[in-house]
Amino acid sequence: MSAVMIARKVRKWEKLPGKNTFCCDGRVMMARQKGVFYLTVFLIVGTCSLFFAFECPYLATHLSPAIPVFAIVLFLFVMALLLRTSFSDPGVLPRALPEEATFIEMEIEAANGNVPAGQRPPPRIRNVQINGQIVKLKYCYTCKIFRPPRASHCSICDNCVDRFDHHCPWVGNCVGKRNYRYFYLFTLSLSLLTIYIFTFAIVHVVMRSVDSGFVKTLQDTPGTVLEVLVCFFTLWSVVGLTGFHSYLISLNQTTNEDIKGSWSGKNRLQNPYSHKNIVKNCCEVLCGPAYPSVLDRRGLTQDDLPVPASTATQSNPVLQTTKTTAPLIPNEHTPDDAKPSIADSAIAHAEKRSPSPKEKPPTPAKVPPLASPETDVEASIIIAKEKAL
Amino acid sequence: MATEFHNLQELRHSASLANKVFLQRDYSEGTTCRFQTKFPSELESRIERPLFEDTVKRLNIYYAEAEKMGGQSYLEGCLACATAYLIFLCMETRYEKVLKKIGRYIQEQNEKIYAPRGLLITDPIERGMRVIEISIYEDRGSSGSCSGSSSTSGSSAR
Repeated sequence: MSAVMIARKVRKWEKLPGKNTFCCDGRVMMARQKGVFYLTVFLIVGTCSLFFAFECPYLATHLSPAIPVFAIVLFLFVMALLLRTSFSDPGVLPRALPEEATFIEMEIEAANGNVPAGQRPPPRIRNVQINGQIVKLKYCYTCKIFRPPRASHCSICDNCVDRFDHHCPWVGNCVGKRNYRYFYLFTLSLSLLTIYIFTFAIVHVVMRSVDSGFVKTLQDTPGTVLEVLVCFFTLWSVVGLTGFHSYLISLNQTTNEDIKGSWSGKNRLQNPYSHKNIVKNCCEVLCGPAYPSVLDRRGLTQDDLPVPASTATQSNPVLQTTKTTAPLIPNEHTPDDAKPSIADSAIAHAEKRSPSPKEKPPTPAKVPPLASPETDVEASIIIAKEKAL
Repeated sequence: MATEFHNLQELRHSASLANKVFLQRDYSEGTTCRFQTKFPSELESRIERPLFEDTVKRLNIYYAEAEKMGGQSYLEGCLACATAYLIFLCMETRYEKVLKKIGRYIQEQNEKIYAPRGLLITDPIERGMRVIEISIYEDRGSSGSCSGSSSTSGSSAR
């Protein structure tokens, strides 16, 4: 290949495709647009600060010191859950490496048989039976995999996410299998916090008005007005959202499935994942095992850079080939052994790679308000690889 | 054990990668992690069927253990919730413990059974738990290489 290659160790998150942003050397993973998330943090912290500044001194002395203490605990709980929802991996499925993609393509072609020239090949769908129900698995043209049941491709983050619920701009991340319970508990605790602040703000105004009159109270504690306003509008949305997700959890459904009407009962399709028992469904969603991330953001990988060319720091598809050698080594943190194997397998890949057929993607499903539409866009990874090599 | 690991290294240095087989997930029982035990035709000449099926079944058992909804997982969930999930910053979850066990099991299987036959199993976690990737190597080295695994498994299947 090129004359001199500099081998540089980089963390895997630097090479991950998709439109996520990473912070703290891969420990934090979020979507690209974070503006609304900052607004959420500002609203919560701002409103609570006003509460602690204006209401708490009065209520602590006139009612009970437990009131601000409980408010602090609730506030910390809300912030911890918000940050955990926003910063964690929602359950992103890594894209198929070239050999796996080729293997799947060969399976598809074998299943389709001979398609007469000029005719569109059949849509790439795999039928599986889950608990007696036929479920269709769709092929993702971007990730080059058949999506597992309940997974969906988020076009905002450009990733397939397992048990995809929706992309929430308020938390700046997708909500999926790994962070759904944190999201739900965040909305629940935020509802409680909002109700709490709203109630005690009103109580405070009433109590103070009895002593000093309504107008003077508002003059003494102007923050109260702002708090009441914010809480009033937040209440309707957050409490409503919590109620909606409670309903979904009791049925073991995702927002995505609900919006698409996957298990609405038409065509006698029933939810095969539901245990038909509210308690069991809740336990599975909220108290199930904590699934690990399969992304391995902080693992080390080789980054072979040719000397003269300027290195692009975007995810370079060529490096997908070097990544495939990593599994040959049980311990990924000693990739020194990988060097001879890299050349071997790279050559083997170049010889074996077959161009994937150009497929026109099927028409996208109707666009739901919250969930992202599935964009079965043909990824040009193979084309880019051919150009690069 | 040092000899067997040494042979795993030799496998990569002396053999060239011929093919890869991918075992897909089995979704018949839901979304819990389970792999199909169907024996791929490419492996027919390389490994005995019972050995292979044993490995996959054992992996399925481990994954079922990791994802089991039982008293322990509920307790872990409730305890974690009570601490606003901050406890996960210092504690290893049960799933992670089982994954480590699976990693050790796969390494052991590779050393004892698969490497002497010119095969290598990749831990599914490195493939997003979607597939079990089995690499098939062709031995192009001299006689002293892969077949030199002196112990147990008769590496006759070639």
